[in-house]
Amino acid sequence: MPINNMQTRNARGGSIAGHNRGAHVVLIIGSLLMIFPFLWQVKMSISTEADIMSIPPTLWPSSFEWNNFAEVFTRVPFLSQFWVSLAVTVLRTLAQLILCSMAGYAFARMHFRFKGILLAVLLSILMVPTQVYLIPQYQIVQSVGLLDTIAGIAAPGLFSAFGTFLMMQFFKAMPAELEQAARLDGCNSWQIFTRVMMPLAKPGLISLAIITVLASWNDLLWPLVVASSPDNMPLSVGLATLQGYQGSVDTGVLMAASLMAMAPILIVFVALQRRVVEGIAFAGLK
Amino acid sequence: MSETIERAGSGMQAAQAPAPGGGGATRLARKRHSPDGWWPALFILPLAAGIGLFYLWPLLQSVYYSFTEWGVFGGSTWTGVENYVRLMQDPDVLRAIVNTLVYTGILLVGIPIAVVFAALLNRPGLRFAMIYRTCFFLPYIAMPTAISMVWRIIYNNDYGVINSTLRVVGIEGPAWISTEWFSLVAVAIVGLWMSIGFNMIILSAGLKGIPPELYEASAIDGAGKGRQFRSITVPLLTPSIFFLSVMTFIAGFQLFDMLYALLGPTNPVMPKTQSLVFLFYDAAFGANEKGYASAIGVLILLIIGLFTLVQFRLQRRWVHYAD
Repeated sequence: MPINNMQTRNARGGSIAGHNRGAHVVLIIGSLLMIFPFLWQVKMSISTEADIMSIPPTLWPSSFEWNNFAEVFTRVPFLSQFWVSLAVTVLRTLAQLILCSMAGYAFARMHFRFKGILLAVLLSILMVPTQVYLIPQYQIVQSVGLLDTIAGIAAPGLFSAFGTFLMMQFFKAMPAELEQAARLDGCNSWQIFTRVMMPLAKPGLISLAIITVLASWNDLLWPLVVASSPDNMPLSVGLATLQGYQGSVDTGVLMAASLMAMAPILIVFVALQRRVVEGIAFAGLK
Repeated sequence: MSETIERAGSGMQAAQAPAPGGGGATRLARKRHSPDGWWPALFILPLAAGIGLFYLWPLLQSVYYSFTEWGVFGGSTWTGVENYVRLMQDPDVLRAIVNTLVYTGILLVGIPIAVVFAALLNRPGLRFAMIYRTCFFLPYIAMPTAISMVWRIIYNNDYGVINSTLRVVGIEGPAWISTEWFSLVAVAIVGLWMSIGFNMIILSAGLKGIPPELYEASAIDGAGKGRQFRSITVPLLTPSIFFLSVMTFIAGFQLFDMLYALLGPTNPVMPKTQSLVFLFYDAAFGANEKGYASAIGVLILLIIGLFTLVQFRLQRRWVHYAD
């Protein structure tokens, strides 16, 4: 359809628009490949089992099976898993925003002993793959009796070397005059941080929040290890274990469940797309 | 930059000997120590405590564990390099390294694909750019375990879309998620599909940094779009491409989610398809061999470190940094 639009535009747009026609063809093909699984998922979520398994596949369901969505709530503890995902994501994001920006600010703007060593430790932690920490982290959470709890799932992710680096880079780029002015006005370091720097750090904080929300909502390995009962699993783990039920639970219900699990992130992130893209690019380039 | 400003600031204070609010000499002495007093400790301590407990200590412990063997009832005994010797003789480890390299190699194909899409998408005055961008962006933010349920059905040998399409042209497709090699390719295709959006975000930011004058000047010199792409766009994007190739290696070697969710942990093809992280997970929490698992973890760390180092060494040969 956009191609038709292009052609009408060509008549008045002249050679520049005409030059982009090839670009549109390639981008449309690419875009369709990108969104096909999502469209297929939506289609299957409202299809009957017979429709899903028909050979060859039908592009349009022969009858709409809206009941699949209601079925999700009776077949899996969707609401409790949704709550776990939400609570873990919110806890991790809030903690990282506060702790990483505090530490990042100190690293960027203060002078103290062992700063170089501390930074080097932080940098090496940033580069080590997460699996290396997994067994001891599990033992720590186990020893304080937090296995299979929201607190246990959230715990290691409350702290982030990456987030600290991101915020440090952000604070480093901010002009020093503001702080000096606030200091002359009699503010102490804490007041400068909360009243002057944090409001100005909004783009950096948004960037960190976006990355933390995404990583936390979609995380699999750690919650898979920590959570064991279906009611205490986040959606990512709940869905992964649901795979095993294929056969006993209708495929349409599985599709409805997976759609509902992704929906909050997809809706929020598409709505805030410009911010999200800027935030990820900012974090990537730091 | 901030450092020089602050250093200049403290130098100034030293010159105006009696600094406000303190006897000059003692204040200066303390300053050399730590000019911000106890504030840095207050700002850093909450994070440092968490990082120490959940990252630094576990890192040291993991390295220690990799030299031990774990009994059935817990408790561990020092076994020296035994785990590492076993690691080098274990055919599963070798296979996992090969699998991970194949997976990463396929993911790397996503970088040139993303370069082409990003270059097209960032053409000035392109209509519907926002719609295209959203489409490319969606796979990147999708939950791997959720979207892989959909891919499982797309890959289904009987009623899946891929094999049904192949059947139309007379090809009987393989059983994607249960055949050796094909299952790995199936996982890699999904990984590739998910990575393009992130690649494009980074590349688009890189493209915005290319001065438009370069294109104007080359157009005057008679360069077409293709020539401009080869001689301006690609060379000036090499820093972004380099960053992406490092990130792709790191992400590729941490393959776990897609493998677990798409193929399923009990899939009979798993021993032939598994990645290093899956092997680690299985040893640590399946077979309860935490010492051996820790050695696998250290191996992942070493491989990623080695590849990153090599890539940084090689970057001089092909990455152009603007002055």
